[in-house]
Amino acid sequence: MGKLSDLGVEEVINGLSNKSFSAKELVQAYIDKILEDKILNAFVRVNPEKSLKNAELSDDRRKRNKVLPLDGVPIAVKDIFCTKNEETNASSKILENFVPQYESTVTRKLLESGGIIIGKTSMDEFAMGSSNETSNNGVVLNPWSKGEKKLVPGGSSGGSAAAVSARLCSAALGTDTGGSIRQPASFCGVVGLKPTYGRCSRWGIIAFASSLDQAGPIARSVRDAAIILEQISGFDTMDSTSVDKKVPNLLTACSQSIKEKTIGIPGEYQISGLSDDVRNIWKQGIEWLKSAGANIIDISLPHTPYALPAYYIVAPAEASANLARYDGIKYGFRANNITSLDDLYSKTRSEGFGAEVKRRILIGTYVLSAGYYDAYYLKAQKVRTKIVQDFNIAFEKCDAILTPTTPAGAFEIGEKSHNPVEMYLNDIFTVPASLAGLPAISLPSGLDNNKRPLGLQLIGRPFDEESILSVASVLEDSANFRSMEIEQGIVS
Amino acid sequence: MSLDRATVIRIANLAKIHIDDSEIDIFTRELSQILNWVEQLNEVDVKNVKPMTGVSGMSLREREDEVLDGGYADKIVKNSKEKKKNSFSVPKVIE
Amino acid sequence: MSNPIKLKGEKFLWEMVIGLEVHAQIKCKSKLFSGAACDFGAEPNSLVSFVDAAMPGMLPVINKEAVNQAIKTGHALNAKINEISVFDRKNYFYPDLPQGYQISQFKSPIVGEGWIDISLEDGSSKRVEIERLHLEQDAGKSTHDQDPNLSFIDLNRSGIPLMEIVSKPDMRDWKEAGAYLRKLRSIVRYIDTCDGNMDEGSLRCDANVSVRTEGDVLGTRCELKNLNSVKFMMKAIEFEANRQIEVLEGGEKVEQETRLYDPNKNETRSMRSKEDAHDYRYFPDPDLLPLHVDLQRINRLKKELPELPDKKKARFEKEYNLSSYDAGVLTADIQHANFFEKVVVGRNVKFTANWIITNFFGMLNDLGKSIDESPVDSEQLGELLDLIQDGIISGRTAKDVFEEMFTKGGNARQIVESKGLKQISNTDELEKMVKDVIDENNKQVEQYRSGNEKLLGWFVGQVMKKTGGTANPKIVNEVILRLLKN
Repeated sequence: MGKLSDLGVEEVINGLSNKSFSAKELVQAYIDKILEDKILNAFVRVNPEKSLKNAELSDDRRKRNKVLPLDGVPIAVKDIFCTKNEETNASSKILENFVPQYESTVTRKLLESGGIIIGKTSMDEFAMGSSNETSNNGVVLNPWSKGEKKLVPGGSSGGSAAAVSARLCSAALGTDTGGSIRQPASFCGVVGLKPTYGRCSRWGIIAFASSLDQAGPIARSVRDAAIILEQISGFDTMDSTSVDKKVPNLLTACSQSIKEKTIGIPGEYQISGLSDDVRNIWKQGIEWLKSAGANIIDISLPHTPYALPAYYIVAPAEASANLARYDGIKYGFRANNITSLDDLYSKTRSEGFGAEVKRRILIGTYVLSAGYYDAYYLKAQKVRTKIVQDFNIAFEKCDAILTPTTPAGAFEIGEKSHNPVEMYLNDIFTVPASLAGLPAISLPSGLDNNKRPLGLQLIGRPFDEESILSVASVLEDSANFRSMEIEQGIVS
Repeated sequence: MSLDRATVIRIANLAKIHIDDSEIDIFTRELSQILNWVEQLNEVDVKNVKPMTGVSGMSLREREDEVLDGGYADKIVKNSKEKKKNSFSVPKVIE
Repeated sequence: MSNPIKLKGEKFLWEMVIGLEVHAQIKCKSKLFSGAACDFGAEPNSLVSFVDAAMPGMLPVINKEAVNQAIKTGHALNAKINEISVFDRKNYFYPDLPQGYQISQFKSPIVGEGWIDISLEDGSSKRVEIERLHLEQDAGKSTHDQDPNLSFIDLNRSGIPLMEIVSKPDMRDWKEAGAYLRKLRSIVRYIDTCDGNMDEGSLRCDANVSVRTEGDVLGTRCELKNLNSVKFMMKAIEFEANRQIEVLEGGEKVEQETRLYDPNKNETRSMRSKEDAHDYRYFPDPDLLPLHVDLQRINRLKKELPELPDKKKARFEKEYNLSSYDAGVLTADIQHANFFEKVVVGRNVKFTANWIITNFFGMLNDLGKSIDESPVDSEQLGELLDLIQDGIISGRTAKDVFEEMFTKGGNARQIVESKGLKQISNTDELEKMVKDVIDENNKQVEQYRSGNEKLLGWFVGQVMKKTGGTANPKIVNEVILRLLKN
């Protein structure tokens, strides 16, 4: 079987069921590994005592035959989910010492299905970033880094993706606003799943951009991601954007045949300058799907080039309002040496927020301000409608859309952090699905010329996670990425 | 759209974020870069297009009028650094 | 025909243009977007949920009843109910606004244009148009007088549902403004969507005031705040109009600004330093979807409305044959109208109406009590009125008894019995009294018989004194006349 920490979610569930090991042993193995690691910096907070206690409770339930769906599975949680009585910072200084007195709906569901939270992971501050470099907790190393080359894990769920790749947990939770689950999953060679907007409750998730944020799993297999998503999704009366739709059996979907399914290949994603290694993986993916009996067609999503700029108007605008509550009065960091109310606000927010967060708040404030609302925000929201229309038309002809997840593999720490727009271009393939609220999954499909992971992305119809899971499973089987992990020494 | 210093200062004021004099130029440059880049949206014809009002296309769900929350003042102020007897405190405001 | 006040400046004759923005707290159990309770006067932050405190990750969920109340109010304002409305974020920073934005409605409010009719002093009626009514969150409260260096924030009020009712600038003097505010208050109390209590802040008013000479374009307006009663609002408008006139006649411009009314000095003052004319950066709240209310619901809520003030007044005039004035007084407040209709059953209408308007309302006024604080209820008053009508006590005694009922409590019959206040109407008994008075006052008898007829009143007074006011004055009058003739 190999090391306990190598086990994925399904393997853990089976192993515990077979009594091959106990939850306590498993959790202990992860804790030891996490505490041992001095280089990745994926975790910001662990509570070994609490995790072990919960593991014991899990084992106890097993003894009494009251096993829950995710009982005993150790899961890392992005520090954007408010966990009751456990400090939560969104990797920002402005939330230092903030201890939520409530549990987010998604982590509550996780706990209620028996999952064990093994620790909170580092992220880009307030989920704003694509490299985890804006975290107040320091950079996170991509486990695929070799020698001198220190690679970013991607962002904003960089800590979660790195933890899954490095086998520091069985799976992890992240959030995706413009690609923040899929892109780091691609960079770290793991699976990242963003559900349809409204599938998972946003209650208790520190908000970045309300019309885009979605929780989702990061895991080492498509099946694992399906298992987790099934447990954390569902209608929540406390979230007005939560959708009252039954959650289908996502695990069964993974083994559904894709014969006769039609896969669309959007021409607009074939951007100039797309490197050949990415192009090749994409082509390879198409071949794998053909072999499995799927039909491949060319489709057009004409407004694709405008998705990124639209996103970088809408998301900052919503963020500028969502982050207005951070004022030092009710919680978190509060500046010293303040002599007036205005001081309190300005100094607290200036000292508490990092540069990227400030940039986005300022952009957001600007595009909403008097005289500019129509030209920017309103325009971007209209472009968004056109993007949705593009997808609607495409989905009349196909069941899922195949694209690369990122235009390239992971870059080095510090390589892009000086140029905001260059950093934003990382999200070029992931943002359209976010703007349209569509379910999308990234799975590791190969390596780039530098032997860094590359992911393929599948985008589905609203609430049709089943189709993309079934197609992703086929790609996963064909890709046999595990062999590349072994080859590159990620896994022994 | 390139921004000028004065605009950046005005926006920073609206957003209640203090920017040091030494940083204003950097921010001005970076923000201008971003705004210039998003200008390409002008190429899109959005005549007769309605802005997106919610991805799911549903209408707002209403809840029953029942008191199911509140009554825990201690939890509300627990995370506040400056407070007095369950009230938050701020530097005095003169109206 | 309305004949508004025009103000005489040094140089010109000026007219006022006034619009009112009224914020009415909706009567319902829980807040607009959270399940915490709506109440007044509780311990700080005890009626606050994590949503109201704007904790990270919190989300709004709208209260159905608050929406219904707003629709009902819209109906009562003869307004258009919009089937689709949108919630927007109004962004600004203030400690009593924990989110850093208020959830309000900007471009698409739930209620559109409407109108109400107000009664002017001369009895005429004027129609004031209403621009819109929208739903929004109330803010918390800050107190500034508990510490020299600190202000304290209590979020109990944060998130309570408000209806903002914006009138068109149709009012032309402070009296019209007063009448409008009173009418609006009456209406929301009638339909029970707001308790209209200006003291407790459940009804608040800001006034937009500008002046112009006849035929001129609209002048620059100022917004007046801190108008805590109808009276203060009227005084504030008067001051402000005169202030603007002075400014303009002095050759200066009126600055568009917000001004606070100081009731102690009776003046308005510019508020805070020039916070740049707030750029609120309204945009649709992405945590909320557009609100859809279907025609069925809109119509059902309209049917549920009780009889409104204007209709009730018209009915009172017809059914009870009351004058327009009396009907107006009785129907100005729903509780007053209900009270009257309870007491008047089986009783003389004119008598009942007069007594209630003059004595009952008068007493409430003197003691500064509202009708629901009245120690005398409809049954008790009815009993008192019966005693008068049946001649058991005189009108004068009744007033004393009423005062006792009000200040000390007790029922009319009880008080009359225990104090022996029954009117003496027995002619024999009265004759005896009169004879005594005549015997004791020969001088006056002579004067009367020699022509001083005015002394009749004096004799009556003497008998009244002798009987402690309980003699039936009419009969006493008769008896004295008869006996003095001889």
